[in-house]
Order: sequence, then C-alpha cells, then structure tokens
Amino acid sequence: MSRPLIELRNIRKVYPGVQAPAVADLTLSVDPGEILVLVGPSGCGKSTTLRLINRMIEPTSGSILYNGEDVTSVDPNELRRRIGYVIQQVGLFPHKTIAENIATVPQLLRWPKQRIRDRVDELLELVSMDPSVYRDRYPGELSGGQAQRVGVARALGANPDVLLMDEPFGAIDPITRDRLQNEFLRLQSDLKKTIVFVTHDIDEAVKMGDRIAILRQESRIAQIDRPEIVLAEPADEFVENFLGSGAILKSLTLRRVRDIDLDPLIAIHEPVHRGKALSLMQEAGVSTAVLLDDKDHPMRWIDERALNRSAGLEQAGRPITVQLQPEDTLQDALSAMLQSSTGLSVVVDGRGKYLGCCTIESLASLLISNGNHK
Amino acid sequence: MDGIVSWWGYVSTRWDLIVSTLTQTLVYVVAVTITAGILAITVGVLTRQHVFAREFSLALASIFLTIPSLALFTIFIPIVGLGFTPSFIALFLYAILPILRNTVAGLDAVDASVLESAKGVGMTPSQVLFRIQLPLAWPVILAGVRVSALLTVGISAIATLVAGGGLGDFIKSGLARLPLPNSLEAIWTGVVFSVLLALAIDLGLRFLNRLTTPVRTQQ
Repeated sequence: MSRPLIELRNIRKVYPGVQAPAVADLTLSVDPGEILVLVGPSGCGKSTTLRLINRMIEPTSGSILYNGEDVTSVDPNELRRRIGYVIQQVGLFPHKTIAENIATVPQLLRWPKQRIRDRVDELLELVSMDPSVYRDRYPGELSGGQAQRVGVARALGANPDVLLMDEPFGAIDPITRDRLQNEFLRLQSDLKKTIVFVTHDIDEAVKMGDRIAILRQESRIAQIDRPEIVLAEPADEFVENFLGSGAILKSLTLRRVRDIDLDPLIAIHEPVHRGKALSLMQEAGVSTAVLLDDKDHPMRWIDERALNRSAGLEQAGRPITVQLQPEDTLQDALSAMLQSSTGLSVVVDGRGKYLGCCTIESLASLLISNGNHK
Repeated sequence: MDGIVSWWGYVSTRWDLIVSTLTQTLVYVVAVTITAGILAITVGVLTRQHVFAREFSLALASIFLTIPSLALFTIFIPIVGLGFTPSFIALFLYAILPILRNTVAGLDAVDASVLESAKGVGMTPSQVLFRIQLPLAWPVILAGVRVSALLTVGISAIATLVAGGGLGDFIKSGLARLPLPNSLEAIWTGVVFSVLLALAIDLGLRFLNRLTTPVRTQQ
C-alpha cells in the first residue's frame, strides 16, 4: 500500500456564531491516483471538507498533510497553485479568452510564453476542444458542457497532482453530464490524478468513485469503501436510506460478467447427428444446449423439442444473436438474458470462442453472495 | 430664422472669448473628473469588504450632492478666496457620488463563482483585485465617470458667480443685461457650447470604454 497523498487529521471546523460544527472531527486519507467521492445529503459538510483541503476555508483545528508535509502553515496561494480546483458554477473569467483562462496558473507561476502556449493547446486537445476554434473565444460563447471542459482544463493548467471537484457536472443536462463523466473517466485512466470529488448524487458517486465516503451531518463518515461494497453491505440504516431502494440494481453496473461462475451447459460441435445430440443432452440431463461451429463460435440454441420436430440440425432451434464478453457489466448480462428466448446468454472471449453460459441463477447467486466478496 | 441669424452674428464676432471660456470649462471637467475619479475609485476599492465604511462614504457623497450649488460654490470663498479654487472644490465634491456608487456597484456585480475560482487557482487578494475585479467592474465604473463629467459641464456654469470663469460667463452677462440687445444671444451661446462640449466628452468617454474593454464580455 502506497503512502496516502492527502491526509486530514482530526479536522474540525466551527464557524463563528454557529454552535454546531460544520466539520466535527474528520480523519481521512486519499491515496495517490484514486478518485475519492464525498457524497451525502445537502448540508452535511462535504463541500466544506473539500474546501478545507486547498484551504479556501481554514480549519479550526487539526492538520492537513500533503505528501507527508503539513500544509496548514504554508502560503495558501502557493498551495492552491499546486491543487486543481473545479466548481459547479465553473467560474471562468468572462473578460479573458479561453486560452488566457487555461493559462491562469502557468502565468502565476511565470512559465515562459511558448511553454504556456503549448500547454494551452495540449489541454484543449485533452478535453476534446479544437484549439484553433476555441483558443481565442470568450467564455460567454460556450455552452455549459464546453465551459466545464475549459474549467477542467484550467484546473489541470500547471499539471497538479491533485484535483478537487465540487459537483463539477451538477449544473449540466443529464445527457451531456453522462458524456462528460465518461470522458473524464477516460482522461483519468491516462492522467492518474489524485481526485477528491464531491456530489450529492449517489449514482454519480458509484460511477466515478474508486472509493466513496458517505457523509452524514457535521461531515462524519458513515461509511468509506469501494462502491460495490458500500452497495452490497451498507454499514448502517443511514447509509441504506441514502443509497435508496435501487442499491442492487446500481451494483449491476459495477460488476463484470467475468465475476459470474459460468454454466458450461452442453456445447455440441457441428457437424453432428440429430440422435447423437439428443443422447448427449439426455445423458447430461439438460433440455437446452449450444451448437458450436468448427471454430467454437456459438451458432444456435437447440432443445429437445426443436430436435424432435426438424429433420436437420441446421434449422433446429433459434439462432444466437446476443453474445456477452467477460468485460461487459452485469447490467448488460441481465438485459441480454431478458432478450434471449431461453433466458440464457452465451459468453465468448475476444475472438468469439465459446466460454460458457450466463444464467439468471448464477447472476442472482453472485449478487446474494456479494457481501462475502472483498 | 432671424433669431438664428442674429445669434450667429453674435457668435462669429466673439470666437476668442468662446474658445477661452470653453477651455476654462474643459479644464474644470478634466481636473474634476480625474481627481474625483481617483478618490472615488480608491474609496470604493478600499471599502469593498467593509459594509459600514462603504455605506458611510456613500452617505457622505450623497450629502454633497444635495447641497444647493449656489451655496456650495460660495461657502469656500472665506477660506480659499475667489476664482478657480472654490469652483473646483464644489465641482469635485459633486462628482464623487456617481463614480463611487458605480465603483461599488461594479465590484459587487462580479460573480461570486468567478471570485471563488480566482482564489482557488491561487491568486493573491491583490491579483484578484487587479486582474479580475477591477477589469470586470471597469465598464460600470467608466459609466459613473461619464455621469460625473457631464454633471460637471452643467454645474460649472455656476463658477462664473465666484469669478471662476467658464461658459457660464456668457449666461451671466446675458442674464444681467436682459432684455437689452444681444442678451439672449449671449445666454444661448453659453447653453449651446455647454451642450456641444458635453456631447464631445460623452463621445470621447464612450470611445475610451470601447478601447479599454475587450469585446463580447458583457453576457
């Protein structure tokens, strides 16, 4: 286990004139390269917690360690230049061009002009915006989704190790949000930044987080773990209520087909005689089998009734149209099974070779045994 | 038509006097707008985070503007004597409020999320002020400067009563000689050239606004 990049130790924040603390006593560590999502009901102190990390808010007591170094006493402006910060309202500077906005931190750090120019173009490419089109435009000309792409590019300006994101996609329409989330995850798989991400949307938390921390009032951690574990084993009633009724369905998007114990079923190679096929199935005591071609590619579902009715194997049963791969999610598997005439779905490897079958029973037993899976 | 012809006859024989009084008025406008502008913008910036100090300055500047101009031009005579100085002081006091009010409003209007992100990228408070707040508030501040400049053109006509010169000289001499010949012509000369000067100043400040504000920032 590598050393945590950010550590909050016994952080407490009390606003003057308010009796209840905004953050009561928070100890939290963030590992390098992970996305930690802080999620909780509104007013639970998640944004306050995020803003404590780059010292937009000063803690009342406790210490913040960044790479092992206590940063509670360094110059906060220096600290913020090392930490990317993205907020829901984006907050682009309306009187500066897109390029000038993205160049903000490199300029504060007095990078040479040419290096800044190259960096701006690189970042625009990174967030899928054509530099020659957008470089000299003003923020007022952008859509909400484009503005937040620029917001992310500005936060990445001087290539910080840490990115703090406060509901970055919260004000964006659902379709664009979904696309931005996917793009961001793809970006992150290359960049490997250490990210603390705040949201009130549990679906977004589950999707984005390597780990999620569910916070209750005063920023107390109700549970912190990998999303699939939080979904399968909520620590208490608060977490359960917060997850809502669809927790198991949400977990379908996290697990992969490869986690399922596949049913080998009976796979029969072509060419084969009808009687031979029937006797093989009777021997195994199954009513449905998969017919494979000579390269192990699944072709058709065959069952006893179909075999009895038709003369040749070529027309027996129904063709197999939907195939799953081990990387598909359980949600894909469920929808494939519901579409299939047999309630089964075949799983093939990358080259289309038959691996086995996925059944409703095997899916259900995986979800039920989820809790033991660590 | 007769009136315009006789007015033009009056004007065309007095270009020297018109140019010299116009210049005196222009000097008032430039001197007052610059000094009041510096003071009002400074006060607006310094008090931006102190509600009490800001409200106090605004109230004080409002009081100046409510003092009748005849009185304000004359109360400084015992201290500074006649001429340019008492007129300058009065016009200066009048010019503060529009600029101060617009400075406060312009700084206030800067979006909170813009300030949050400026602080978030690690700008120091003075960088936030000079790179973000003032540039964004600038069009509003400049609008206040324009109001003050135009106000000064109009009120500076009073300066003639304390021997301060300016286009008011024509108006005063015309009034004193009413209804003798050329009296109305004199009054109209003061009025017309004041209006022309105001239009020219307004045009100049609009142009300055265009020059100093990047395109398409007002959204």
